[in-house]
Amino acid sequence: MVSTTTDVRTPPAATKRRRRRRVRRLTRRDKVVVSLLLGIPLLLDVAFVWLPALGSVFLSFTKWTGVGGVHLKSCSEFQTLPGLPQPGCLNGVQNYTQAFGHYPDFWPAVRHNMLWLLVFIVIATPLGMLFAVLIDRGIRGSRIYQSVLFLPVMLSLALIGIIWELIYAPNLGLINTVIGRNGNTNLIDWLGNPRLNLWAVLAEATWRQSGYVMVLYLAGLKAVDPALKEAAVIDGANSWQTFWRVVFPVLRPINIVILVVTVIESLRAFDLVYITGKGNPVKGLELLSVAVTQNIVGETQRIGFGSTLGVVLLVISLVPISIFLYQVFRREER
Amino acid sequence: MATPVITPEAIAEAARPTALRARRRMSAGSVAAQVFMLAAAILWVTPVVFALYVSLRPEDETTRLGYVSIAHKLTFSNFTDAWSQSDMWRFFLNSVWITLPAVIVTLLLASAVAFVVSRLSFRFNIALLILFTAGNLLPQQVIITPLYRLYLQIHLPHALASSGLLYDSRLGLIVINVSFQLGFCVFVLSNYMKTIPTDIDEAALVDGASLFMRFWRIVLPLCRPALAALATLLTTWIYNDFFWAITLISTGNKRPITSALANLQGQFVSNQNMIAAAALMAAVPTLIVYILLQKQFIAGLALGSSKG
Repeated sequence: MVSTTTDVRTPPAATKRRRRRRVRRLTRRDKVVVSLLLGIPLLLDVAFVWLPALGSVFLSFTKWTGVGGVHLKSCSEFQTLPGLPQPGCLNGVQNYTQAFGHYPDFWPAVRHNMLWLLVFIVIATPLGMLFAVLIDRGIRGSRIYQSVLFLPVMLSLALIGIIWELIYAPNLGLINTVIGRNGNTNLIDWLGNPRLNLWAVLAEATWRQSGYVMVLYLAGLKAVDPALKEAAVIDGANSWQTFWRVVFPVLRPINIVILVVTVIESLRAFDLVYITGKGNPVKGLELLSVAVTQNIVGETQRIGFGSTLGVVLLVISLVPISIFLYQVFRREER
Repeated sequence: MATPVITPEAIAEAARPTALRARRRMSAGSVAAQVFMLAAAILWVTPVVFALYVSLRPEDETTRLGYVSIAHKLTFSNFTDAWSQSDMWRFFLNSVWITLPAVIVTLLLASAVAFVVSRLSFRFNIALLILFTAGNLLPQQVIITPLYRLYLQIHLPHALASSGLLYDSRLGLIVINVSFQLGFCVFVLSNYMKTIPTDIDEAALVDGASLFMRFWRIVLPLCRPALAALATLLTTWIYNDFFWAITLISTGNKRPITSALANLQGQFVSNQNMIAAAALMAAVPTLIVYILLQKQFIAGLALGSSKG
């Protein structure tokens, strides 16, 4: 044990030295092993996640129907011949001006994504927190409550979309029957009416998301030192004050995780809308994620334009991702 | 009780676990809490119970009476019909052949990265961790367009994929699920491995264990709890995946069950009861996880969120 002798030195120097030594201790065979252990996963991550992410940025400046390669020439240099597909070409920022200015689904999609996020922040997250706090207090039947509220988290969004259709069905469904609007003259078309359908789908999403937030929050609450709460109680704080002044600040890390999950999930929202529209676009349910997909699964592929919408998503999602990474890795950098 | 005088009893009372105290005095607050939770629980099970109820009733009956009506006849025929009139067994098999390899490979590769990043000191450790973690946080739609083109470019021998491409193949789905989930698992496992004392490594090193031995025989077995929790999470997530399969698989009968629900929705379009039955059957594996492994699943989520 050579390393023990060096431990007498001041801690930072010692760890530094030990670190350097550990790397040197690797035999050549070890080095091959390390490069394999690291190399294969890194290759996958770079090739199938980061390369496409950067590819999105590049392709967003091109016009490409997917036929032929992408040429590094301006589109104006290519002649458009009727009946002949144009190869990919550089298109400047035209995709962006088209998205922001002309694409009819763009602003509705942005608005709906924002609304999705807002509902998650204002309704789903506080609801999940409230569930978690009450369960954590050991309310009678807390185990059953936890299991029941957690159930939707296990289910796929595709399944959720399907079973909620039974609730929203115009003629036969649960809600319209209960409120007496299931006659052919006074039907409420929850999933078809563009004024209502986003809210209806958001109810489904909230049903699942608040269970998710609850589980994350419960994990956080379990880790809070009970002595903190007890001290607050002795100081005369009521449970409302104890939670907001003592427990909530301690939960900062979990709050950030939940913030990130909330933002990312509302940008990813796709499955429910796809199932609700049976794969077709639905008026009132435009979302950025759906718009991206429509440009590749349709008959006419618009790779450049689809990538542009992807880049918009990327830029928005980088905000919560950076906050999260900063929070997590800040301490380790030092 | 309202007097603010601090007596020894008051201190003893305060020091008691909150749960016990709450039970002792059933204040108005706790009654309200109980009512609220009961209402929420009823609201939360309703969609699932309702779907089960509808799927157990014949379609002609519910069309006549509506879903909200007393059942004259309860039958499993929607389930058996959905099973026999579609390729459900094939969809389930597809799911198995995608989920199992994907989970195993993800865990192996993620623990390899986590081992290197957390047990060896490289200058790029943090950069690597950030790369993997951030990759998992991207919305899938950010990468789908180029990924779709990439999948069309990668040719495979027909033995590996009947499409001859990574696109529209099971292997393709495994690859993207592995690549995308790696980040989360690397993050969790490297945090977990950091809690294992380094002395163990040192001792093994003195005994002449190679680097691979230290990874495979010493650190990996110690990570069993984290691996079990992650395996539960990943199985559920990959099984429940909808987006990758919808965008990267074009042949209907190659789809795994979750995304095949979209096809069944079209096939049984006139019989919503049968669609519900099919959807509930598709949920059976996740319900098994829910009943048997709920603790593992929650532990996995807790591991993913505890560090930060």
